[in-house]
Amino acid sequence: MRGLLGAAGFVALLEAAPRLGLVPAAYLPPASRIAAALGEEVRHGTFWVALLDTLQTWAYGLAVAVVCGVAAGMLIGSVPLLRVLTSSTVEFLRPIPSVALIPLAVLLYGTGRTATLLLVVYASFWQVLVQVLHGVADVDPVARDTAHSLRLSPWQRLRTLVWPTALPYTVTGIRLATSVALILTITGELIIGTPGLGKEIAVAQSSGAVPAMYALVVVTGLLGVAVNLATRSGERRLLRWHPSQRVAV
Amino acid sequence: MKALKVIALPAVLFAGWWVLSAGSKDFYRPPLRTILVAFADTWFGARIADDVLPSLARLGAGYAVALVLGIAAGVVIGRHPAVRETVEPVLEFLRAVPPPVLVPILILVAGIGDLMKVLVIVSGCVWPILLNTVEGVRAVDGVLADTCAVYRVPPVRRMVLRAASPQIVTGARQALSIGVILMVISEMFAARSGLGFTVVQFQRGFQIPEMWSGVLLLGLIGVALAALFRLVERSVLRWYHGQRAAEKQH
Repeated sequence: MRGLLGAAGFVALLEAAPRLGLVPAAYLPPASRIAAALGEEVRHGTFWVALLDTLQTWAYGLAVAVVCGVAAGMLIGSVPLLRVLTSSTVEFLRPIPSVALIPLAVLLYGTGRTATLLLVVYASFWQVLVQVLHGVADVDPVARDTAHSLRLSPWQRLRTLVWPTALPYTVTGIRLATSVALILTITGELIIGTPGLGKEIAVAQSSGAVPAMYALVVVTGLLGVAVNLATRSGERRLLRWHPSQRVAV
Repeated sequence: MKALKVIALPAVLFAGWWVLSAGSKDFYRPPLRTILVAFADTWFGARIADDVLPSLARLGAGYAVALVLGIAAGVVIGRHPAVRETVEPVLEFLRAVPPPVLVPILILVAGIGDLMKVLVIVSGCVWPILLNTVEGVRAVDGVLADTCAVYRVPPVRRMVLRAASPQIVTGARQALSIGVILMVISEMFAARSGLGFTVVQFQRGFQIPEMWSGVLLLGLIGVALAALFRLVERSVLRWYHGQRAAEKQH
């Protein structure tokens, strides 16, 4: 209830500030004009094409990052020697800001989807990998010894011991990667010019269509909220059995 | 032996890059040797003062403002449930807006000068700090809070900030990597100087070795800042890491 009040207050502030002249309307159009611009946008096919482009780039990038991150994490995490050998390299590569790769991506792949995908995959891969590594390292020593005495095969051990332990961490990694991938998708579109919502924002900005630009920014925000809510509920469903998801009684 | 394991893979990768690229005639993938020569020529000179330091100064200014704003607002919101319930949906929305789309908006408001770039960094960095501070402040142990109230310990300074500091540090770490990204992006989009601007200029001018050296420098800055952060964290949270280690032993 209070939350609705807060949201209403925020919209009212956005409406009132430019109308009362507190902020020049040229910089911040009133909320009603942003809403009108949004209504105008959704009637055009280009908006939906851009939205679909953004979602596709995001989904491809995320899928590649998750598959590679989980596979690499399971492999590196299960072999102690690999873990020791790679840790310094992972620690070095991870903090490299993915946007540093933008000029490289443009040169090698032009302004197409591949250039943006490179950024998306690079940024979200590390989120997944690091979490999976933490997860694999967290296997209970007693359970591991038990599996050893029961002579479980490597595959059985992976499926019944390592995977359930690492799953909550992996899911956290995927949740982080999901929002990082969305940010980088829109960044790539904005800076590189890959087709999508980010490019539409850049076009609106350079053509001076201020309300339309704000409308598209609002859409990216709503997209972000939707993605956050979806991953959080997916996490709850997938980890229903896990102690961290139990409700206190 | 341990040092050997730490440097083994990086050494192999570096040597592999060096050898494989040595005879490269590919215009876009120059030999590593050429890139390193370009690195020294490009960045050890006037460019440090003209491009690198101003970029880092803007990052530092924006990050500092975001820390102060985020922690201050986070403490207020975290300590008052009514305020938190009111602003929560708005915060969820503002946090979900991808920070780079703020660049075109802030260009409208503040032009393309230093102010815009600092504002971009502030407005991207503030959310992880704010939200993590709120969570940390909410999770303050009730018994601890009551004890402090009885002994009249100044609550915010001596108790809340201390108890929430592990969470605040987590937020600050996320904010730092966002800040580096925004520092580069704000300069790529519209600027006349700065690291991001220079690297894009190299790319547009097809100065390929210089561009590679710029990418390398951006990477090194990211790595150096992460290492610096870990040093600061280790001294700020020394008590916390000690406590965790002690708990683990039991």
